[in-house]
Amino acid sequence: MSHLLELHGVTKTFGAVAALAGADLVLDAGSIHALVGENGAGKSTLVKIIGGLHGRDGGEFLLDGEAVDFKSTADAKHHGIAVIYQEPTLFPDLTVAENIFVGRQPYTRLGFVNRAEMRRATLELTSRLGVVIDPDREARGLSIADQQIIEIAKAISLNAKVVIMDEPTAALSGIEVERLMGIARQLRDEGKGIIFISHRFDEVFELCDTITVMRDGQYIATNAIADVTVDEIIKQMVGRSVENLFPKQEATIGEVVLDVAHLTRAGVFEDVSFQVRAGEIVCLAGLVGAGRSEIARAVFGVDKYESGTVTLDGATVPRHKPSAAMELGMGFVPEDRRKQGLAMTAGVQTNITLAIRNQVAKAGFITSKLEQGPADLWARRLQVKTRALDTHAVMLSGGNQQKVVLAKWLATNPKLLIIDEPTRGIDVGTKSEVHRLISELAGTGVAVLMISSELPEVLGMADRVLVVREGRLTGNLSRADATAETVMYAATHAANEEVAK
Amino acid sequence: MTVETTYRRHDRPLWRRLLLRPEAILIFAIILIVVLSIIGIPNYLRPNPGYTFTTLLLNAVPILILLLPLTLIIATGEIDISVGSILGLSSASFGLLFEAGVPLPLAAVLSVIIGGLIGAVNGFLVTIVGLPSLAVTIGMLALVRGIAVGILGTTSVTSFPPEVTSFVRSSIPGTPVPWLIVVFVVLAIVFGVLLHFTAFGRGVFAIGLSSETAAFSGVNVNRTKFILFVLSGLTAALVGVLFTLQYSNAIGSNGNGFELRAITAIVLGGVSIWGGTGTLLGAIVGGLFIATVNKSLQVLGIGDDAIYVITGSALIVSVVIASVASVISTRRRVTTSAT
Amino acid sequence: MTKQSFWSWLFKARELSLIVVIVALIAVTTVTQPQYLFSEGGLRDLLRTPTLYIALAVGQAIVMITRNIDLSMGSILGLTAYFCGNLFHEAPWIPIPVVILLTLVFGAVLGAVNGFLVAFLRVPALVITLGTLYAYRGISVLWIGGNFIRPEWVPADFKKFALSNVFGVSNLLIVALIVVLIAGWFMTSRRTGRDLYAIGSNPDAAVLYGLRTKWLTFIPFVISGTLAGLAGIVYVSIYATGDSKVGLGFELQAVAAAVVGGVAVAGGAGRIWGVALGAFFLATLTTALPVLSIPSLWQQALVGVLIVGAITLDRVFFLIRLRQARKELSA
Repeated sequence: MSHLLELHGVTKTFGAVAALAGADLVLDAGSIHALVGENGAGKSTLVKIIGGLHGRDGGEFLLDGEAVDFKSTADAKHHGIAVIYQEPTLFPDLTVAENIFVGRQPYTRLGFVNRAEMRRATLELTSRLGVVIDPDREARGLSIADQQIIEIAKAISLNAKVVIMDEPTAALSGIEVERLMGIARQLRDEGKGIIFISHRFDEVFELCDTITVMRDGQYIATNAIADVTVDEIIKQMVGRSVENLFPKQEATIGEVVLDVAHLTRAGVFEDVSFQVRAGEIVCLAGLVGAGRSEIARAVFGVDKYESGTVTLDGATVPRHKPSAAMELGMGFVPEDRRKQGLAMTAGVQTNITLAIRNQVAKAGFITSKLEQGPADLWARRLQVKTRALDTHAVMLSGGNQQKVVLAKWLATNPKLLIIDEPTRGIDVGTKSEVHRLISELAGTGVAVLMISSELPEVLGMADRVLVVREGRLTGNLSRADATAETVMYAATHAANEEVAK
Repeated sequence: MTVETTYRRHDRPLWRRLLLRPEAILIFAIILIVVLSIIGIPNYLRPNPGYTFTTLLLNAVPILILLLPLTLIIATGEIDISVGSILGLSSASFGLLFEAGVPLPLAAVLSVIIGGLIGAVNGFLVTIVGLPSLAVTIGMLALVRGIAVGILGTTSVTSFPPEVTSFVRSSIPGTPVPWLIVVFVVLAIVFGVLLHFTAFGRGVFAIGLSSETAAFSGVNVNRTKFILFVLSGLTAALVGVLFTLQYSNAIGSNGNGFELRAITAIVLGGVSIWGGTGTLLGAIVGGLFIATVNKSLQVLGIGDDAIYVITGSALIVSVVIASVASVISTRRRVTTSAT
Repeated sequence: MTKQSFWSWLFKARELSLIVVIVALIAVTTVTQPQYLFSEGGLRDLLRTPTLYIALAVGQAIVMITRNIDLSMGSILGLTAYFCGNLFHEAPWIPIPVVILLTLVFGAVLGAVNGFLVAFLRVPALVITLGTLYAYRGISVLWIGGNFIRPEWVPADFKKFALSNVFGVSNLLIVALIVVLIAGWFMTSRRTGRDLYAIGSNPDAAVLYGLRTKWLTFIPFVISGTLAGLAGIVYVSIYATGDSKVGLGFELQAVAAAVVGGVAVAGGAGRIWGVALGAFFLATLTTALPVLSIPSLWQQALVGVLIVGAITLDRVFFLIRLRQARKELSA
């Protein structure tokens, strides 16, 4: 009997980076198949290949036993493949019903788009999914959960055989997660094949029947859920013991550098208070969407906040003014290095000196010569691999790009460095190099506030773990107390409670 | 321990960096056109008084000054197509104020301030209200031109003191270089230094490359854009005053279509319409290129009408070339880094 | 009524408020000078000049809904008007409907040039159409020179068509109604029309959904070129004359009518009949200004005020609605 979907030895490179180096996946009808792996393991790239967004460089791709080669997303859709992304991309100006039927609206006999039919079909779909959404309202302003429901409704109406959910629960509350899991089971029982990507093992083990692990763009193993434990899966995902990965140095912890008090932004985070000391690495842990990055962005001043104070080395940091925060000694390595960390089509030198442009200037004037010194120095210190200082950042590998971003901020000589997802999407070798760098940095007395979605990284690096759940701090764990269990408990605790109610 | 070596500053050899860039290609093109014209067009070097090199420069100066702040705006990825209209309003208000008895210098200063205020309105609508600069400046293009035409009506003011107007038209003694060129050179140095040799200029390019990255690097994106729109308004208004004196004529239609010529020069000079890359020198050379082509056409007796077609087509061709070139270089980048 | 529904009501009431404003404008003008409405010529002009604006505004609106802009419409109008008049003159043996058809095709080709450059070479519409604004105008000037369309070129039947009416409704207004009906049907009731809203609303999502984005970017420019050609024909039928300056600055009027009629500058939203009302309003304003003893010189300034005012108000309403929606969501 042939499988619903089969991929064997799929490869894909982007520029110099091999995103997939032999990925396998076998999906059966009537199954919910978990796809897990660390960030950067290649899950999203695999999904994009299945969904027709990227072409593959090599490998086999069979659908219902027949070789397929999708030229576009429309092509994949036509073959019965639907992808629901973590952040759905709807058309905000179109109505809910139109979003479901875009590009294939039904016609009346007179050649008019049949709105009544679209409305009826939408109501049928949403009621089948057990939700109430007005089909005539525009999609702008819908919650992420409702947007996902619309995507699922679309998948159903397309009569999709394969439904891929890429971290669908990341931004959902407890009740919404339950609802989504109910829908997934319903689809399974109707004979569809579902690929479920998630970092939350409790969900994976509750919902899925099969699990495939990927690491560094490669297939590792596929097992029936009943045959494996969480520990085994983690071991397969990480592929090495945590201690070797994170060469944390002991650092003397000094005075308080960053003092955040009662920081509040309505609907995003509330009453957040914490301190970071010199030489200390504090990690903000929690689920994606819990508000970790938002807190960090507000502290640095990129985002606004309504009340609370941020103090750095005794000086009040003004609200919503990154330049002032930088002057006081704060640095920020953002989450999305391509959009927020780097100017991709500018040279290494330009990137490294962007944050120190005021310091580099002599009597107010900057020349390329003046920039060269610090650029060269910091590129060397971080061992950035580049052909020249004017090579565009886009030409570098992900790991080297991240080093350039780190160089840019280390050059500012910060007292506090905020690092959001320091190793997202970079290769293993560079990963441990980045960890060593952060550790050394703390050793020199810099206070580090780190955000990471990778639990092993959090546990390996942090002196203290602050857990964020739905915009509130729910845990403050010392290095000794922080374990996978305690952190996950604090990160999901209230969500479970809500379900129990 | 790794051996610490210093990085190479540049990836490509000097000759390629110098010669294979829009500025260099345009300079060659200008030289080529002049040489071909000298050979092919009789009287090119000794044309009738209307077509001397001095008039070439005099005709080119308004656009050359106008494009200076506009280059900075385009480098941030925004656009200002109201500059021609601001020039017109400044010309009209300058004429009216002068006619009403306001001393000439004060009338000039007031007109320039009005231009700055309009630039501030543009900047406010783009940064604080958050509207696209294209939509805002299209509206202001109509509005400001409308005011310029409205306040002056069908009349024009021509009674400027002849000693002032002839001075504005005159050249530095003993040279064919008009005094207006001095104004241009001073402003070009100011804007050139601002864009290429200050932290502010680094911020301007950063905004064009990625406004998020710029914001994360402490660039005040809104303030930078606001300042640039004000500078653009002030400069356009200054050109309005000079233009009025140069031709001794204040009418509301002065500077009609100048935004197109300025944008053409800038894009032709290699400044990306998407923002982030380019040089002020390139934009200036682009302006000179258009002026040179115009002069040859005029000496040949092809009228002003053809210039519309040529400028419009030049704009299209230059962006198409830039677009195709970027596609090719992206492809090459992907293939070279994949191997 | 809750606050949010008030704001969304106000937003949706755009067409209603435009009708009120138009009626008020006509009323005030008529009171000032009764001939404005109550004379044969007055009513006729009131009902036929809008056709010009409606054709342009509808074309511009369709382009703007896809998050682009067509600044060359005024130049296409000028070029096609002379093309049409010249065809009557040089080839009087061609039947009038064929001349009309050829002119429309000519407009479509000029628009297709814009569309090709924008959609397939991925150059911003602003730059391309600013370029063709001047290039097409330049071609007009080179071609026409000091010449102009002479009234005797234009066939009497053609001129009569513009002056006649069916049951008291000007023929040209009927043309405008047909344009609005077809465009409205296309934009609200055809898949392609709906997809145009989709790519304007979220271009990235359009790629993800597998919509044919290049084709969908190209089409609106052909439509706007064709409608500018129609405006050229209408121009000749009304005025039976015209030099190389015909249509100068009309692209701004088209943009003004579109944004006043409710087209979002960021694309994705706007109704055709709202745009038609916006155009009607602008046309009425143009004829009313001299009657209200405001020199027509101020007309362009008013166009500017309308553009800047409309986009600013839209943006402010949008921000208010967004805030309300967020509050509702977090509550």
